[in-house]
Amino acid sequence: MSKYEALTGDQAVATAMRQINPDVVAAYPITPQTETVEFFAEYVANGEVTTDFICVESEHSAMSACVGASAAGARVMTATSSQGLALMWEVVYIAASYRCPIVMSLVNRALSGPINIHCDHSDVMGVRDSGWIILFSENNQEAYDNVIQAVRIAEHPDVLLPVMVCQDGFITSHAMERVEVYDDADVKAFVGTYRPKQSLLDVDNPMTYGALHFYDYYYESKRQQAEAMERARRVVLEVADEFNRKFQRNYGLFEAYRLDDAEVAVVVANSTAGTAKVVVDNLRAQGLKVGLLKPRVFRPFPAKELAGALSHLKALAVMDRSIAFGYLDNAGPLFVDLAAALALNGIHIPMADYIFGLGGRDIKPSEIESVYRDLLRVAETGKVERLVTYLSVRE
Amino acid sequence: MAQLKGWREIPIGGVIVEAGNAVEYKTGGWRAFRPVFGQAQCIHCFQCWLFCPDSSILVDAENEKMVGFDLDHCKGCGICASVCPVNAKVIRQAGEKVNRDDPRLCIRMVEEGKAE
Ligand code: SF4
Ligand code: SF4
Repeated sequence: MSKYEALTGDQAVATAMRQINPDVVAAYPITPQTETVEFFAEYVANGEVTTDFICVESEHSAMSACVGASAAGARVMTATSSQGLALMWEVVYIAASYRCPIVMSLVNRALSGPINIHCDHSDVMGVRDSGWIILFSENNQEAYDNVIQAVRIAEHPDVLLPVMVCQDGFITSHAMERVEVYDDADVKAFVGTYRPKQSLLDVDNPMTYGALHFYDYYYESKRQQAEAMERARRVVLEVADEFNRKFQRNYGLFEAYRLDDAEVAVVVANSTAGTAKVVVDNLRAQGLKVGLLKPRVFRPFPAKELAGALSHLKALAVMDRSIAFGYLDNAGPLFVDLAAALALNGIHIPMADYIFGLGGRDIKPSEIESVYRDLLRVAETGKVERLVTYLSVRE
Repeated sequence: MAQLKGWREIPIGGVIVEAGNAVEYKTGGWRAFRPVFGQAQCIHCFQCWLFCPDSSILVDAENEKMVGFDLDHCKGCGICASVCPVNAKVIRQAGEKVNRDDPRLCIRMVEEGKAE
């Protein structure tokens, strides 16, 4: 039987980790991920899990230990934020290229500088091309559910890639919410036992990880990695289907909220999607045909499916919680990806980008409403006046 | 060189699954300097064998003799020459600068492509 618990986002992730009971967790605490590591350390100390918990001296070491343990055939998890991810960066790429099915909770926090501890998405955007599968979570429930699914996605024999589960620093990581926690046995049955095909510790079949690849093999290795990412498209959905059936959820590549008959829509990830839903409901009550699309799977980017879901709109806005400096009037990465996805699928909708919430700046329903009001104007005129708008920045 | 494999055929994650296949990779071509063995001076102490990072010192294990270099794999780093105690003795006794290709040395480093 599942039960409802009041959990912070960090605690929800730690709870999933407790139920998954990975072989190895190597992590270094960093705000706002710290609670996850603290709670998990407590589970280890209490004997609630049998995990080997490795306290390392930095995030670079954390991810290195994860790669080593994964190569040895262990089920491995970790968690980090912002500068921690930045320090791991080198090994983040290595984890993907060695095809280590590591699951990492990333509690999104702005990258320095200036130094900041609050939410934005600059950390995850820095590793969007690293070869990790990336999932977004609107709330604590989704963070919990995504971590459980991530294990199955990562370890699928057709994939074998690391998965990063994102949630918003403080906004969900430190906010207590009602979370349906499934029965331990059900979660264990869902994730199953990891049976790696190969292990560095298999002395009867000695092998080398991390060998030098020159111009003769590096390219083939990368081509193979691209194929795994392609296969992940199917596997993410298969795992979601099974999860939905077992736990009565509704996960897919993204969530379409009142989108079917909408004339204008906003695309926004993580917690702000929750705020935007309230705005959508309010505007719908006024008879305005507005909708929302909340991305869940960011890598692999479901370009075709997104284009399909948005093709009927008269105007579209993307809300980006980070900036792709120097690109298209300093638009955000999500906007850039989506613009390409629509163009390549032959869909031409007037679209604009709204940068918001950098360094944890609050985003209010009234500001999201202003985006919808802009869009309704664009839908009438067909003209985008400004490609990029900075919401709630002081002039 | 062996036939190169396509991306579908190679093990995933860049793993090498055939133990000991480094021997198939001939690194001798990387050499700028070639070690040359002065058999007459050698005291067969095996210091060079111990230190060579490429396992390129050939030995006659039965008779406990150093016999030469595996030039298919030797990268010419000169570590063998620098740890050889006979070389040290020659340099110490010479009382003058000794070139790396001095014929008195037990292991000489000769520029690749040049005659010994
Ligand atoms: S030069 Fe270097 S690689 Fe060659 S035999 Fe001497 S120690 Fe070994
Ligand atoms: S170190 Fe010098 S003396 Fe000793 S075995 Fe090698 S070549 Fe001979």
